[in-house]
Amino acid sequence: MTPFVASSVLVPSEVSAMLMFCLLLILLVPFAGAGLALINAGLGRARSAAHAMLAAICVMSVAAVVYVIVGFAWQGAAGRPDHVVMVAGKAWGWIAAEPFFLRGLRLDLSPTALVVLLQMFSVGLAGLIPLSSGADRWRLGAICASTALLAGFTYPLFAHWVWGGGWLAQLGANFGVNSGLGRGFLDGGGSSTIQVVGGLTALSIAWILGPRRGKFSAEGMPAALPGHNAVLVLLGCMFAWIGWMSLNSAGAMLFLGVEPGRVVLIAVNTTLCAAASGLTAAVLTRVRFGRPDASLTANGWIAGLVASSAAAAFLKPAAAMIVGGVAGILAVSVADFLEFQLAIDDPGGAVSVHAVGGLWGVLAVALLADAEPSGQWLAQLVGIATLLGFVLPLSYGLNWLLDRLYRQRVEREGELQGMDLFELGAGAYPEFDIHGDEFLQR
Amino acid sequence: MKLAGFFLLVAGWAIVVTAVALLPAAGARVGFVLAGVAVELFGLALAVRSHLVLQAEGE
Repeated sequence: MTPFVASSVLVPSEVSAMLMFCLLLILLVPFAGAGLALINAGLGRARSAAHAMLAAICVMSVAAVVYVIVGFAWQGAAGRPDHVVMVAGKAWGWIAAEPFFLRGLRLDLSPTALVVLLQMFSVGLAGLIPLSSGADRWRLGAICASTALLAGFTYPLFAHWVWGGGWLAQLGANFGVNSGLGRGFLDGGGSSTIQVVGGLTALSIAWILGPRRGKFSAEGMPAALPGHNAVLVLLGCMFAWIGWMSLNSAGAMLFLGVEPGRVVLIAVNTTLCAAASGLTAAVLTRVRFGRPDASLTANGWIAGLVASSAAAAFLKPAAAMIVGGVAGILAVSVADFLEFQLAIDDPGGAVSVHAVGGLWGVLAVALLADAEPSGQWLAQLVGIATLLGFVLPLSYGLNWLLDRLYRQRVEREGELQGMDLFELGAGAYPEFDIHGDEFLQR
Repeated sequence: MKLAGFFLLVAGWAIVVTAVALLPAAGARVGFVLAGVAVELFGLALAVRSHLVLQAEGE
């Protein structure tokens, strides 16, 4: 995978126009972050709403700063220097060799500078995902520290392997198209690098923090703790849609060498994925509960966006609808399974939406992509195995260590009082009564 | 049990990477990659189970 200008035979003015177009797309990506922040806040409790939004700002700030200091040095970009291990005569790029603080890098309209800008936003997006699973009980200081670990190490390392010319990206080139490894691991918009990495970190956080007080009865039955504002959640879905179309398009241009004309197809497929997934979730909840559930439908919508990221550049519209439909089924059914069978308290559905939806998106490239070389499925499977076998243990291990050094879960009083009053000293809605836990089973 | 689960996750990944790097025959490579993924799934199940047990003990 090379930046698109490398494979072009265009005159310089046309290249500049394409880079400018790519820059405009990247500048819309923060809408995805705004969307996720609103969704997280809306799905949490009213007494922790200000905390949720402040945490989102802190996450994006910490992620941007840490990524610029060390993250890009370890992620790099395709065609730039990296550390290589030779195995059986093949070069395996495992970590980039860029200087810290972006030293020596010209931040102009070059493809590498655009990669830095896009990644600075993307790593913040990945950092927002665990906020959802740790809602109502995750301390602000711990959120910042955990985000620093994600933005400084976990994310850049895996992103180097996929987007920075590392070994997953090079599987096809190293072993040949007919080796059963296709074109190497493909993910244009970050189903794996952003969504699954964030989703698996969310799973680690949910495990380490444990469930919210009162979530499970002594018999293990989960109590319903509904989100406090469905309007915020659904508005967040709208913002996320804009951001995701830009993210998928800019990522495909920078990392897959897609020409700008294909952005139309990517936007159509992204929208169809989200639409099919949201509708499927609405229908499923209508059948199950008698009425469509707003928060699960929103989760379905986001799961469709998540699943679209890897494959949007390769799908026919009909296939995009199938990808979305399956993502919607997964978002609803896996959320239930996690809560009822595995006793995982994930208030915003980060694991079912981002981790599972992202894994499905990665697999969909192999199963449904248009005109991909045979054997792509094995490369995608190797990527999935790396996420489960490397990223999850790494993320869990780092957050477990952090928890030993600096307790991540808030004190009992904090949960009872609400994160707003306990950590910030003021609530998000001072003119309204905020309910306590009096309705919960004890 | 939790440690064993995470160990199996990493071990499964090691099988996958080793198969890709060292096995030239496509059939053997596919077989070992699938075996590695199966080991990972077993490790994931063990990790999930251990957290359920720990949570129940905590309550």
